Amino acid sequence: MVHVEGIQFRYGKDSPKLDFPDFRCAAGEHMLLLGDSGTGKTTLLHLLCGMLRPESGVLRVADRDLCATSDRDLDVWRGSELGIVFQRSHFVQSLTVAENLALPHQLARGHVPANAIDRLSSMLDRLGIAHRANARPSELSVGEQQRASIARALLHQPKVVFADEPTSALDDRNAEAVMNILEREAASATLVVVTHDQRIKDRYSNCVTLKSADS
Amino acid sequence: MKLGLFYQAWRNIAAKPLQTILSLALLSFGVGMVSLMLLTEKQVNEAFQRNIKDIDLVLGAKGSPLQLILANVYHIDAPTGNISQREAEKVLKHPYIESGIPLAYGDNHEGYRIVGTEHSYVEHYGATLAKGKLWKSPFEVTAGARVAENLGLRIGDTFFSAHGLKDQTDIHTNKTFTVVGILNSNGSVVDQLLLTPMESIWNVHLEDGEVVDAETREITAMLLKKRNPLAVLTIPNTLRETNMQVALPSIEVNRLTQRFGVGTSALRAIAILIMALSFASIFISVLDNIRTRRHELALMRTMGGTPSTLYRLLLLEGGLLSTAGTALGLAISRVGMMTLGQLVESQFHYDVAAFAILGSEWALAGATVLVGLLAAAIPARQSLRLDISRTLSEA
Repeated sequence: MVHVEGIQFRYGKDSPKLDFPDFRCAAGEHMLLLGDSGTGKTTLLHLLCGMLRPESGVLRVADRDLCATSDRDLDVWRGSELGIVFQRSHFVQSLTVAENLALPHQLARGHVPANAIDRLSSMLDRLGIAHRANARPSELSVGEQQRASIARALLHQPKVVFADEPTSALDDRNAEAVMNILEREAASATLVVVTHDQRIKDRYSNCVTLKSADS
Repeated sequence: MKLGLFYQAWRNIAAKPLQTILSLALLSFGVGMVSLMLLTEKQVNEAFQRNIKDIDLVLGAKGSPLQLILANVYHIDAPTGNISQREAEKVLKHPYIESGIPLAYGDNHEGYRIVGTEHSYVEHYGATLAKGKLWKSPFEVTAGARVAENLGLRIGDTFFSAHGLKDQTDIHTNKTFTVVGILNSNGSVVDQLLLTPMESIWNVHLEDGEVVDAETREITAMLLKKRNPLAVLTIPNTLRETNMQVALPSIEVNRLTQRFGVGTSALRAIAILIMALSFASIFISVLDNIRTRRHELALMRTMGGTPSTLYRLLLLEGGLLSTAGTALGLAISRVGMMTLGQLVESQFHYDVAAFAILGSEWALAGATVLVGLLAAAIPARQSLRLDISRTLSEA
């Protein structure tokens, strides 16, 4: 489901070249991309999401060769096949929490199907934020925002879910709770968690550690 | 759940009420001013042109030619004085003059002028009878449609005239006018007049039994139709030694509209300046939206939104603002027209209120929406070049 091989990337001509380790993640498998700050975790995540293009190498995600896909197709592909949980929760502030959660459906497919609405209600219920469905994102606590962010990444039932530092801003108890929610809701999807959080390093057997270029 | 671009654009606009209100207020005020000027110009020009109708010259007492026209063609000013009927008829017999309609007035009823004239006056304006008949004997009155409606006059009603054109203080209770007919409305000056034989005007100030000598009969003016274009040059020369003058309605009206023109041009320039400010406001609003919502826009790209989706969303926000501002502006101009109409109606008895959207207003609306879209389109282009990775990393 995720296949990375010989990936090299640099931000500009004068920037250092980043080499990333090869790895695979099968369909339905959960894995960890572990690395300290500056090892290129977020860059790799953006490469995996098709937001950056590598200089060379093989990059296949959700049956798609990202190097051979146009920008426009990548935009639509992200909306339908990927779920992304960002380190800091981003929302469209003019929309309600429920509308934010349904937005990927609207953007990728042009409409919000009725079954998505049903899933939205039950998901918000399971995550304990059903009462915040009609609130503005800015009215939510950090923990609620993180849960809403997970719900948004999973509502459209993506094949692959990427989570960027989902626990870095949380205390131990909340970090554990968020990881449990993420694993439970993404049980049938391929889950790749990018983190430097040592608290969750032993959570998955499939773990790839990123090292800085000078180490 | 409705989450289309239109809904998103609306929510984004509504999320910034102060900015939205400022843009809307500027645009609607600018559009409203231009639209009101277009409406007013059209109504005033139509009213002027409709009432000039085949009147080439107006013969009256010396004084301001414009006043002569305003008083005797439009009945919105005081007459310059009276002239001898006998002298006026001499002018009527001039070979260059085809016909003339005499007018004599000086009294009113409830602010509406009582005008002594001949049936040819009604025929000239193409007015038709709605009820009753045209006047025949002295003190019989045929009322214009607007007068009849506003004063609730019916056939057989009687009233006394008051001296002057508006005052109600000096009432001639010795002579009773009787309504014998009511005309259909045709939008001309006749609608607001009470028409009666010339004799009514001459006799109203006399005691019973008194008669006015034919030699001393006076009229206020005579509306002339020329037979020969040279009348315009020749007739004034023949009047040099008299107390009379002729004025040309078309020239005087042109002069008047030119005088108004300076004012309306200045107002139009101010309105266009306000509209330009509102476009700048929309431009800044969209630009500001792109800056403050960069992360949201980048986020939308990670959820399936294409650059074209974002561009259309921002364009729609500008389009919605300019469309709403235009619609509001047209509504404001209607309210302004209604207020102006009431003012003109109470002052001059003219109905200038009109609410149908003019062709020029459609053009104004179309141009405004288009420029509003353009004001949004220029900054919205930045969304096409949005670097999602960098934007989200900066968050």
